[in-house]
Amino acid sequence: MTWTRLPKLTFWRAVLVVILAAGFYSTLLRFTKGLGAATALSDRFPWGLWIGFDVLCGVGLAAGGFTLAAVVYIFHLERFHPILRPTILTAFLGYALVAVALLFDLGRPYRIWHPLIMWNPRSVMFEVAWCVMLYLTVLALEFSPVVFERFGWRKPLKIVRSMTIVLVIAGVLLSTLHQSSLGSLYLIVPSKLHPLWYSPLLPVFFFVSAIAVGLAMVIFESNLSARAYSREIEMPLLADLGKAMAVVLAFYGLMRLEDVISRGAGRYLLKPTSETVLFGLEVLLGIAVPLAMLFVRRVRENREGLFAAAVLVITGFLLNRLNVSITGMEGFSGTLYFPKWTEVAVTLSLVGVAFALFALAVRYLDLFGPQPSDAVARREEAISRVTG
Amino acid sequence: MSKAILVDTTRCIGCGACVSACQEANGLPENDDTQLTAQTLNVVETHGEVFVRRFCMHCLDPTCASVCPVGAFRKTASGPVVYDADRCMGCRYCMMACPFSIPRYEWNAVLPKVSKCTMCAPRQAKGQQPACTEACPVEASVFGERDELIAEARRRIRENPSGYMGHIYGEDEAGGTSVLYLSAVPFESLGLPVDVPHDPLPMYTYRVLSKIPSLVSLGSVLLGGIWWITNRRNEVARAEGTGGEESGGDDQ
Repeated sequence: MTWTRLPKLTFWRAVLVVILAAGFYSTLLRFTKGLGAATALSDRFPWGLWIGFDVLCGVGLAAGGFTLAAVVYIFHLERFHPILRPTILTAFLGYALVAVALLFDLGRPYRIWHPLIMWNPRSVMFEVAWCVMLYLTVLALEFSPVVFERFGWRKPLKIVRSMTIVLVIAGVLLSTLHQSSLGSLYLIVPSKLHPLWYSPLLPVFFFVSAIAVGLAMVIFESNLSARAYSREIEMPLLADLGKAMAVVLAFYGLMRLEDVISRGAGRYLLKPTSETVLFGLEVLLGIAVPLAMLFVRRVRENREGLFAAAVLVITGFLLNRLNVSITGMEGFSGTLYFPKWTEVAVTLSLVGVAFALFALAVRYLDLFGPQPSDAVARREEAISRVTG
Repeated sequence: MSKAILVDTTRCIGCGACVSACQEANGLPENDDTQLTAQTLNVVETHGEVFVRRFCMHCLDPTCASVCPVGAFRKTASGPVVYDADRCMGCRYCMMACPFSIPRYEWNAVLPKVSKCTMCAPRQAKGQQPACTEACPVEASVFGERDELIAEARRRIRENPSGYMGHIYGEDEAGGTSVLYLSAVPFESLGLPVDVPHDPLPMYTYRVLSKIPSLVSLGSVLLGGIWWITNRRNEVARAEGTGGEESGGDDQ
């Protein structure tokens, strides 16, 4: 596994350098001239891309971590083990990205630790702050065995492994709280968020859609890493995840439908507004079309078909989070928010750094376990499984 | 014993005395902002023929105080909702959540603060009334006990039913506020948000937050239980040699 085997990477490296340079300039601007200079935020629109995309989408896209950890360790479906490590790493990088994005977005980032000692348990944001801190710690510990193995640190490895099940249960609970709490954040704006999205069920929707997108992300990443690192893809495993994703998605779709009808928000769908179009796109691209695809066995068990369905689910998820946080709030605010290029540059830089770190981890750590071609290692592992 | 301000928009002549008094009392630079800004905590807006003061509503159960993760906002017993800049980390959830969209931010400062009217809490502590109500030459804004001001507002509506809308804005909005408005025209046309729920907004999130302790305890028992059962099933399957899900122990 070397860089030279990936000729495409030089192009992507160049792109990364450009993005990071723009991000560096934007960072300087943000921390020397303030949020007003670096963002399109205003008194009328105080939360923008960094909250809507980096935080809300970042946390959601990291949901594969807790979903798959639960599948492997709590439900003991151990055949999913081979794809667990890259998923946990993705989740960790996703959460690290969220934490860094918060440092950009907070007006006084050096006070990010304040919720540790200044408590307000009535605040959803207080819950969010604690969930980010605790879950980031859990993810670091969940991933730490890979690092300990690399350096042959047996003692810490043994300690962390003995805690695995406790860590996984804590991780699932924290994720449940955190994913749903991001929806709860918007419960307090009943008069500001467009009725197509405002619902007392927002926390439930955020949680269920996070599970669906978590599974979609596992499928998506497995495809990408298989392509980039010319590995064989674990197609039967992914097809099973696709089946699970279809079930979750169907459940989510029915809940959303029932919710819009029971709140009488359906009448807004008859108005020709941009909200109607965005809502339609979100439901069509993110729920209806992938669901139809996944119900067809031939599509679900086909690599390209499953990958396309996963991409659609991710797209619909991103649209949903941006609709709740940005487009659904614009109508009330009376302004149109569109991020400045410096905001976009920071976001792209963070994503770029996360990709680069993932590539480094693939290179230096044992992320995927033994390769199928590595017959000896595989036999050894099979023996150790039987005996151990 | 909670103080309030009654704003009767039918009396306001738009002189701006309250704006100047506010700037002076809070040590803010003179300016002619037409909207609230970080430098303008009180503004007189013109809606058609009507002048409307806009400033913090000082809710009885303030949304800002409930959403702030570090408790930087506090409703004082005497009425004002006050802000402690030393706690604030700048998440701006207060600005998002405020049903009246009142808090403003110092967007161009490197170390920004939230700003909003304090109902002159420091002056009130010295037994004085807020600078704005003291400066008003026509008693369009008056300061007093909330109960008494509501009674006074009702009296004005009763004595001149054709001159007023039959509603005191702020009596019930967001669960009630310490700033009350009277108007001769619909409040919507004055730029006041009329879709604000009449129950305290903090309940909307607290209903969910209060479920967390039981969710955590139930969840850990449930997850632990599932782990134990599936683990046991695999062990039994292995012992009987029938296979089951392969188990490689607890290593990653």
